[in-house]
Amino acid sequence: MTLQRTNLQKVKRFLGNNTVTILFLVICAFGIPLSGYSANYLVSEVVVRIARNSFLIVSLLIPILAGMGLNFGMTLGAMAGQIGLVFISDWGIVGIPGIVLAMIISTPISVALGIWCGKILNMAKGREMVTSYIIGFFMNGIYQLVVLYGMGAIIPIRSNSLVLPRGYGIRNTVNLIGIRKSLDNLLMIRLFGIPIPLFTLVVIALLCIFILWFKKTKLGQDMRAVGQDMEVARAAGIKVEHTRIVSIVISTVFAGYGMIIYLQNIGTLNTYNSHMQIGMFSVAALLVGGATVSQAKIRNVFLGVILFHIMFIVSPMAGKNLIGQAQLGEYFRVFVSYGVITVSLVLYEIRKKHDRGIAGQILAQEQGVEA
Amino acid sequence: MVLSPFIAIGLLEYSSLVASFRLFATTLAVTVTFMVMDVRVTIKFERIEYMNEKKTPLLEMKHISKDFFGNQVLTDVNFTLRPGEILGLVGENGAGKSTLMKILFGMDEIHQTGGFGGEVLINGESVLFETPIDALAAGIGMVHQEFSLLPDFTATENILLNREPLKYTALSELFGERLNVLDREKMTEISEKAIKRLAVTLDPEMMVSQMPVGHKQFTEIARELSKEATDITEGIKLLVLDEPTAVLSEQEADSLLKAMRLLAESGIAIIFITHRLQEIIDVCDTIMVMRDGKIIKTVPAEGVVIPEIARWMVGREVKTVSHKRAVQDTAEREVLLKLQNLWVDMPGEVVRNVDLDVYKGEIIGIGGMAGQGKLGIPNGAMGLFPAGGKIFFEGKEIPLNSPRNFLDAGMAFVSEDRRGVGLLLDESLEWNVSFTAMQVQDKYLKKYLGGLFKWRDQKAIEETTEKYVKQMEIRCTSTKQKAKELSGGNQQKVCLAKAFAVEPKLLFVSEPTRGIDIGAKSLVLQALRKYNEELGTTIVMVSSELEELRSICDRIAIVSDGKVLGILPASTESAEFGLLMVGQHSELVDGGSL
Repeated sequence: MTLQRTNLQKVKRFLGNNTVTILFLVICAFGIPLSGYSANYLVSEVVVRIARNSFLIVSLLIPILAGMGLNFGMTLGAMAGQIGLVFISDWGIVGIPGIVLAMIISTPISVALGIWCGKILNMAKGREMVTSYIIGFFMNGIYQLVVLYGMGAIIPIRSNSLVLPRGYGIRNTVNLIGIRKSLDNLLMIRLFGIPIPLFTLVVIALLCIFILWFKKTKLGQDMRAVGQDMEVARAAGIKVEHTRIVSIVISTVFAGYGMIIYLQNIGTLNTYNSHMQIGMFSVAALLVGGATVSQAKIRNVFLGVILFHIMFIVSPMAGKNLIGQAQLGEYFRVFVSYGVITVSLVLYEIRKKHDRGIAGQILAQEQGVEA
Repeated sequence: MVLSPFIAIGLLEYSSLVASFRLFATTLAVTVTFMVMDVRVTIKFERIEYMNEKKTPLLEMKHISKDFFGNQVLTDVNFTLRPGEILGLVGENGAGKSTLMKILFGMDEIHQTGGFGGEVLINGESVLFETPIDALAAGIGMVHQEFSLLPDFTATENILLNREPLKYTALSELFGERLNVLDREKMTEISEKAIKRLAVTLDPEMMVSQMPVGHKQFTEIARELSKEATDITEGIKLLVLDEPTAVLSEQEADSLLKAMRLLAESGIAIIFITHRLQEIIDVCDTIMVMRDGKIIKTVPAEGVVIPEIARWMVGREVKTVSHKRAVQDTAEREVLLKLQNLWVDMPGEVVRNVDLDVYKGEIIGIGGMAGQGKLGIPNGAMGLFPAGGKIFFEGKEIPLNSPRNFLDAGMAFVSEDRRGVGLLLDESLEWNVSFTAMQVQDKYLKKYLGGLFKWRDQKAIEETTEKYVKQMEIRCTSTKQKAKELSGGNQQKVCLAKAFAVEPKLLFVSEPTRGIDIGAKSLVLQALRKYNEELGTTIVMVSSELEELRSICDRIAIVSDGKVLGILPASTESAEFGLLMVGQHSELVDGGSL
C-alpha cells in the first residue's frame, strides 16, 4: 500500500528534497545583479569552470552508486595526478603527449592508493565518508614525505626550476607552462564571442557516456545491489568487498585524470595545496546540484558546477559592491562549501528519519481502511 | 603559555600519526588475510555408492542430531522426501524446525557450533554442504521469512540477482567479464517464465519497494524457480518455504498455495513451514510435527484435523500449574491501562491494531508466535519504536513516542533486549539498579540549596541494591561489580530490580526468561509474582513460552498478525491456546478481534 499525498504535501516534499539547490538559486539570483558582471562574462567564466571541474566531480559518482557515500578519498587520486605532472614537467614533455603521459604515470599510483583506501573502507562500513576524509589527511603526510624529501634525493629530479634550492624537495609552485591549456586550446571555438574549449568538453562527455554505460554492465548492477543491501548482495554470491574496492579504485583513477585536466587549465601547480581542498569543493558542488549521499546523477554534476561556481565568481564582486570588501567573497566561498556539505548531510538524515515514519503512517491508514 | 596550544596540537598530530601507522599495519595484515582467504572454497561431495536399485527419495535426512554447547535441540530426526512431494513441517517456536533447515543448508551457524550428527542424502548420495551456496548449487532453494530483496530493484532484477544473462562487450577482454552489459531482454524473458510457472500476476518491471507483500513473496519464489540447470549448478529440485504465508492476506496466501501445488506437479519437492494449520492440511501430502527437537508424528495429510495437529504440537506433558490464582470476575474490576488502536512500527514485530484492557492488580500474559507483534506492544507503548493510537493509564491519555511520559505516568518496562536497552553494561550493579529511579523520580538524591544542587545519596543506593541482591538471590561478588560480568539470569534479575526500584504501578516485562537457565527462570517468575502479590503491582508479561505464561498469569492474550486474537483465562487447556494461535475459534475466547 502506498500513501496518498495531497498536492501541498507533494510541493513540500519537492522543496524538502531540493533545499540546497533552491537555496543556491536564491543566492545566485541576488548575487548576479549585485556583482554587476555582464552576462557574457559570466557565461564564459562558467564554461571555463565546467571544463575545469566536471571531470573531478564525475569521479565521485561511482562510489555513491556502490553505497559508499561521497568519496573524500578522491584527494588520493588528485595527489597521484600531481605526481604525474611533476614528472612530466621534469622530463620536459609538453602538450598533449605530456598530459597523456601524466595520466599514464598517475594510473598505477591511483590504483594502488585506491585498493588500499578501499580495503580500509571495507573495515569501516557505514562510516566511509569520515574515514575517507581522514585517509586523505593521512595520505597528505605521505605525499609530503615523498615530494618534500624523496624527490630530488631518492627519486631523481633534474630540473632546477622544480627542486628547492637546498637540493631536494619540490618547490611550492610548479609552473606547468608546457601543458598549460593544451587540452583546452586543442579545439577552441567561439560561440557568440564566448570561447568554448570543445575538446575538453568532449572528453567530459565521453566520461559521462562511460558512466551511463557502466551502470548497465554487470559490475554496475553489482554495485547498485551492494549499495542497497550488502547482506542481500552477499547472499546472492556477489563479492561485496571486492566490488566496493573496485568502485573506489575507479573513482581514484578518474580523480587523478580529473586533477590533471583541472591543473592544465589553471597552469600552475601548488605542490602542497592544490589537492587539499579539491575534494571538499567537488563534494560541495555535487551536493549543490541536488545529489545526496545515496543518489547522484550526471545532471547533478552539471547543475552543481554551474550554481556553485556562479556563487564563486560573483561573491567577491558582490561583496565588494555591497560592503566594499572583496574579502567577504573569499570568506563566503569557504564558509558556503562547508555549510553546503553540513546542511546536505543533516537534511539527508532528517529525510531518512521522515521516511521511516511513513511505515507508521501506512499502519495507521490500514486501521482506517479496516474500520 | 602562548605556545601551549600548539604543543597540544603537535601532540595530537603525533598520536594521530601513530594511529595512522597502526591502521596501515592492520591494512597490510588484512590484505594478506584476504588474499589467503580468497582461495575458492571447493565443494566437497562425499560420494557413497548407493546399492539400492529402487526409486531413491530426493532428500533423506538420517539420524540428525544437534546440540548447541550441550543443549540438545535435535534428537534423532529421520525423514524422507520424494520428488513432487509437499511436506508440511509444524511445531512451536523452538521445536527445532529452523535448526533442521539450517543443517540442510549448511549454514555457518551449524559449522561454527560443532557441526551435527547424522547424514543428509540427496538422490541417495550423502552430501555435506559447507555453505548455503553449495546447497543452492545442488538445487535446493530457500525462501525466507524475511524478504531478502533489494527495494530499488525491479522484480526482474531481483529474480536474476547475480545470475544476469550478459551481452559481450570488447572491454570485458581487458577488465574481466563483469564489464559485459546486462541483457535486459533476456532477463525479462527468464523472469516472465519463472513467474508464469507460479501462475500469478506479477509485473516483472515493478520496483520491489512499491509492491504489496504478496508480490514480494512471489518474487522470492520466482527467484528460486528461475535457477535453471547450468553446467555448474543444478536446476531447482527442492524448495524450502519458511512461513511464506505469515505476511500474506488470505487471497494472496490462496494463490500461493495454488502455485505450490503447480510446482509440486512439475516435480519440485517442497518443505512448507507454517503456523497456519489449515494451509498444511489443504496443500501438503505429508505432515511432520516436531516438538522439543524430536519428530512426534509423520502422517499423510489426508483425514487429519486441526485439533489433532494442535495437540501434537503443544501436547507436552502438561505440568500442573504450580499456583492456581483465584480467577476474579473481570467485569467489576477497574481498568488500569487501556490500549486503543495501537500500531507500532517495530521491524519484525509489527503491531497493526491492538485493543487491550489491563485490569488493576492482575498479571496479564501476551503470547503468540514469534514475529506476530507481541514484542511490539510493550516497546511501542513505552515509545522505543514509532507508534500510534491511544493509551489511557488510570483514565488519562499518555502521549505516545515519549519514554519519559510513559515512565512519569508510573509505568516501567523490562526490555527483552537486556544487554542493549536493559542494562548499563559497564557500570556497577548499584548504578544499574538506581539509574532509572534517579533519573525519573529524583530518588536517591540529596538536595542542597532548595534543590539547586543534587547530590547522589550513595548510602541509599547501596542499601537498596543490597536489598534486591538478597531478595532475588543475584549472584555477584559485590554491589560494585559491573553488570556485564554477571550471567544472563543474574542480569535479568538486575533488570527487574531496576524496574522494581521505580516502584511502578504497572510493569511491562518482555521475554523475562529468554536465554536463561531453568533455576534462574523460576526465580525470576517467583520474583514477579511476589511483587504482584505483595505490592499489588499490575504486570503485563510478554513471552513466547505458553507454559510459563500459564504458570503465573491470570489471563493470557494471544497476538497474531499484529492484533489480539483473543483472551483466555490462564487455567484454560494448552490445546485451546494452540488452537487460538493458529486462528481457530473457541467459545471460551473472551474479547479480541477474531
